[in-house]
Amino acid sequence: MSGSSESKAETKDSLETPQGASGLSVLGISKGFPGVQALDEVSFSIRRGEVHAILGENGAGKSTLLKILSGALQPDSGRILLDGKEIFLRTPGAASQVGIAAIYQELSLVPWLSVAHNLFLGREWMVGRFLMSKKKLKEKADEVFSLLGLSLDPSAIAGNLGMAEQQLVEISRAFSRNAGFILMDEPTASLTETEINLLFGKIETLKKAGVGILYISHRLEEIFRIADRVTVMRDGKSVYSGAAGELSLPELIARMVGRSIGNHYPKEAIEPGELLLEAKDGVSGEEGLTLSLRQGEVVGLAGLVGAGRTEWARKLFGADPDPKTRFRICGTEVSVSSPRQGRDLGMGMVPENRKEHGLILGRSVLHNITITIMDWLSGFGIVDRKRQSAVSSEYIGKLFIKCPSDTVDISTLSGGNQQKAVLAKWLARKGKIIILDEPTRGIDVGAKLEMYQQMNALCREGKGIILISSDLPELLSMSDRLYVMHEGRFVASLDKKEASQEKILEYASGLNYGQTIRNGSEGI
Amino acid sequence: MKMLSRSGLSMFMSRYGSFGVLFVISLAMSLANKSFLTLPNLVNVARQVSINTIISAGMTFIIITAGIDLSVGSLVALSSCVAMIIIEATGSSLLGICTGILIGGAAGAFNGAFVAWAGIPPFIVTLAGLTIYRGIALIITGGTPIIRFEGGFRALGQGALLGIPVPVIIMLIVVLFMHFLLTRTAFGTHVYSVGGNEEASRLSGIKVGKVKFQVYVMGGMLTALAGMVLMGRLSSAQPNTGEGFELDAIATVILGGTSLMGGRGTIWGTLVGAFIIGILNNGFNLMAVDAHFQLVAKGIIILLAVLLDRYLKRKQA
Repeated sequence: MSGSSESKAETKDSLETPQGASGLSVLGISKGFPGVQALDEVSFSIRRGEVHAILGENGAGKSTLLKILSGALQPDSGRILLDGKEIFLRTPGAASQVGIAAIYQELSLVPWLSVAHNLFLGREWMVGRFLMSKKKLKEKADEVFSLLGLSLDPSAIAGNLGMAEQQLVEISRAFSRNAGFILMDEPTASLTETEINLLFGKIETLKKAGVGILYISHRLEEIFRIADRVTVMRDGKSVYSGAAGELSLPELIARMVGRSIGNHYPKEAIEPGELLLEAKDGVSGEEGLTLSLRQGEVVGLAGLVGAGRTEWARKLFGADPDPKTRFRICGTEVSVSSPRQGRDLGMGMVPENRKEHGLILGRSVLHNITITIMDWLSGFGIVDRKRQSAVSSEYIGKLFIKCPSDTVDISTLSGGNQQKAVLAKWLARKGKIIILDEPTRGIDVGAKLEMYQQMNALCREGKGIILISSDLPELLSMSDRLYVMHEGRFVASLDKKEASQEKILEYASGLNYGQTIRNGSEGI
Repeated sequence: MKMLSRSGLSMFMSRYGSFGVLFVISLAMSLANKSFLTLPNLVNVARQVSINTIISAGMTFIIITAGIDLSVGSLVALSSCVAMIIIEATGSSLLGICTGILIGGAAGAFNGAFVAWAGIPPFIVTLAGLTIYRGIALIITGGTPIIRFEGGFRALGQGALLGIPVPVIIMLIVVLFMHFLLTRTAFGTHVYSVGGNEEASRLSGIKVGKVKFQVYVMGGMLTALAGMVLMGRLSSAQPNTGEGFELDAIATVILGGTSLMGGRGTIWGTLVGAFIIGILNNGFNLMAVDAHFQLVAKGIIILLAVLLDRYLKRKQA
């Protein structure tokens, strides 16, 4: 099966599903938007009690499919069958009535209500028609949680929970509505390894309860852990469908991108140059480990979510100034008091949250790239527009940012290209120390690869990179050296050779906490 | 294909929507009344909209940063009263006008400082400003208008150059200058950036507080300039003048397509918005529409125009 030609869709499996079978199937679904055919005759099915993963690059049509199945979008043609009967999902309400629940990347809990309130939002009748007794609400919630084997506090305020817990509340909500099918869009995007394990455990529980799960993720490694079947989409078509494990990871990737990608992580080793940065964690005091960064190096920061990696990076850049934490940047000791000072010290930060902290949505690509260098581009305050567009074209070309022109709104670009634009603004500023906080989150395989190649190019130019990533294989492969953080401290410094997922997790979870840890980097 | 061309049309409309509204209203007015489309009447309209346009130009910057300035009406009164008191005392129109504009800048700095560095929402800061500046104007004048039929300051409101009224000339200079500032300077770019995404701007090294402070100072000075024009036109300074100017200015800016959420807007749009309101007023007056009815009609037209704009934008997205 894996040997068949590229152009021919390998959807035999899904078409075999008889119409009378129990499950949710789509048959020949098409959906067009102005200028793009998002879905082209897609057919596949989810059986009860299985996890069906959908793979594909951004723009392959996964989200459109999800929206159609959750009633948020209407297909142009094609049919949706539930247990052999045709159904019409004109609104999200209709979908939820037939037992289809969607959990999107952006969680939809009301942050200031309690977990229990959120659980029964819109179904308050379940716990008393007019007066909701807190006790009854809590009882009902506990009932749901115990069925799923969760230990969540029903009276906690939803907004105070971590991402993972919020996600579990959403899953519980879907479960408590007797959802027969749960659609999950990138559920692990912001979860740590431990949390992912917890989530996967719950998915197993749901499977046993006969729930069918549609699972979309960019983290391919996960697919092999939980998926029973896999469908690969490319350019709106379903190009492969089969049992998980039938194809190897590289084979799946080849089908996603339509060509084979030689090396997943094309890390180049570059001889480190001058010392750019020496830094403490700001918590441990003088005895603590010193992080060092040299020209041409990628230094990775590992740790669980909440270990303080982003917080530390924001202190370094001046985003959350902390006068007590001092850094030695290019030989001068400073505490960075504002992002502007960080910028002037030669630093740049590609933040974790691209849309909220990285981009000015609604403004042009040109504006977003040159925002950091308006002072260089203007004389007496007046912008030299020729130079401005020259700089913007230069970086659009250098980073292969795909856009029809640099005057288009940055929000029309794909996630990967947006991310490159954020990087471009710091390259335009000639930053020497580039902080990349989750740079590949939510972007597709092709764009990830380009991001890695950019990191290599930056290292060749003598820049130093601090890489924060929750994607462990990525972090291990792309870093020259690693520091592990736990509760705001650097607890270990690891060379590329000695670092492994197990070792990192051991340190990150605080198991070796308190032991003397050798200062691993050579040249300090 | 059909969808593509439709989205092209709506894109055109959303970009030039306010021009369309202006065109339709002008057409309707000229059909309804012959004297509308005459040069003297058009010059008259331009003079009538000049004060509002000058204030609205400053307001546009403030609203692009996702702010608001409710104190402009009171500031028109305060700046003109201070200016007139100086003119009465010294006999120098120039000194009075300069002082008046400085007062505007100072009041803007007061607003701006609280917004930029104390982190108080602009609505609240300038609401306080609205009563404070009005109060000071009433205190320093004892609540009575100061009338003066002599002095160079009257040229600002009543003079003309080559047949063009001075207020119109001032308005055009302000519009051109502010347009240049917004589109061609680093400051203008920062104004859009801060309004578009304050946190991303800060993380890009922009001094967000400074930018905000500056737009309020500029808004205050332009408001005071409008106050000088009004003082010249009326040959008097009145502590009760300018009530409701803030609402006209905000309506003008919104009609011009500037988003109250910040990050989007143009000075041209604001000029068009000012003419939409000005032509409505003028046309209604020519047609002798009852003043009370005019208020209702104006409000409805503003709602419809913004509704149309919103509809087109959503379609585009």
